Amino acid sequence: MNFTLKIWRQKGAKDSGQFVTYPIKDISSDSSFLEMIDILNNQLVEKGEEPIAFDHDCREGICGMCSMYINGHPHGPENLITTCQLHMRSFKDGDSITIEPWRSSAFPVIKDLVVDRSAFDRIIQAGGYVSVNTGNAQDANNIPIPKTDADKAFDAATCIGCGACVAACKNASAMLFTSAKVSQLALLPQGQVEAKARVENMVAQMDKEGFGACTNTGACSAECPKGISIENIARMNREFIKAKLSSENV
Amino acid sequence: MSWFKDTLTSSIGRKLIMAITGLGLIGFLLVHLIGNLALLAGDGGISFNEYAHSMKGSPVILIGEVVIFSGFLFHIIDGIGLVISNKKARPVSYGGGANAKTSTGSKIMGPLGIVITVFFILHLVDFFYRAKIADDLGLDANNIADLYALVVEKFQSPAYVAIYVVSMIAIGIHLNHGFQSAFQTFGLNHLKYTPIIKFIGTAYAVVVPGAFAFIPLFFYFTK
Repeated sequence: MNFTLKIWRQKGAKDSGQFVTYPIKDISSDSSFLEMIDILNNQLVEKGEEPIAFDHDCREGICGMCSMYINGHPHGPENLITTCQLHMRSFKDGDSITIEPWRSSAFPVIKDLVVDRSAFDRIIQAGGYVSVNTGNAQDANNIPIPKTDADKAFDAATCIGCGACVAACKNASAMLFTSAKVSQLALLPQGQVEAKARVENMVAQMDKEGFGACTNTGACSAECPKGISIENIARMNREFIKAKLSSENV
Repeated sequence: MSWFKDTLTSSIGRKLIMAITGLGLIGFLLVHLIGNLALLAGDGGISFNEYAHSMKGSPVILIGEVVIFSGFLFHIIDGIGLVISNKKARPVSYGGGANAKTSTGSKIMGPLGIVITVFFILHLVDFFYRAKIADDLGLDANNIADLYALVVEKFQSPAYVAIYVVSMIAIGIHLNHGFQSAFQTFGLNHLKYTPIIKFIGTAYAVVVPGAFAFIPLFFYFTK
């Protein structure tokens, strides 16, 4: 298969960057998207040019590193997969493919397609944890948790923090990510102790990082490789309103 | 009170202001429509003029007006602020477009808001100002201000009728997203009730602006 790739090249954080077009030939339809970029990079290195910098790690669809905005979709045109799980058979021979980094003021571009997503880490640090006092581990079945709650918490916990929600949102809002992280703990008894402070601090950190607000377009959920539902955003709003009205944090 | 300020200036708090004022304004539209139905009574405007006259002078009405105007003001100012900060969150736009599936109208709430605000100002200048502030209308058979005659006169112009109909379509699209979005902002998302809320929102967004749009069309084609 042959493609015309239009790829964002940017030397560094301070460079303004631009699209560069690369024709690529004889790509197997079973080649993954990242393998296709690997092949292109080999060709660039052979020509003595700078290879394209991009994030990747597990290539199994679970680490959330491979952040690429492909033809107007984070992680490309297919649903419920990350870029590493995208294969060239999803495209037509001769297609022109535009590849860009996530665009958000909170995710500054480091180089080419690589963005700095440590804003997400700081949101997690602000409250995405439970404190457990030391002592003997108690019996696993001591705390009864309804199956439906456990399932919902687990659905929220499947968020891999890739940032596709921010990339897809017209406001570059991080509410789907933050709400998934709030929800996975808010739904479980272990998360109740710090519930109010958690949602207040995580939302405050999210705002401080410069992410936009939610317009309830649903783009985040439509593009999420893990299919996180915007029900979580409603839950975060609920938790936030409840915390603001009743916490002792004045 | 810093917690109060923090709440209302947070991203969720600003959405709450949009949701509360938005739902209030949606409610106002229905009250306004019910009053306007007097235009269609077919009695040459007698009952409409009486209704318009009853809207003057009472302190209850005055308080209502202050609340409604504040609602518009907060909704518009907060909306502009959100659009600005949301734009700032993505300083560089995508070259390859944005092709995610989204709900109807949700991506153009800001532009629709501008259309509606322009219409709102035009509507205030042409009717509210003339009837309430300038008070320069002629008198009808009952010796009260003949607002009905002004309505009939205004809706003889096809361009004016077109502006009204287009604005009502904009309000319909705005409400279709806004109504259900407000409940999501309040955190009221439920498998049982969200589909009902969406249905009510869409039905309201079709029926109420539709009825408002019918009035200028009725006067244009029958008078």
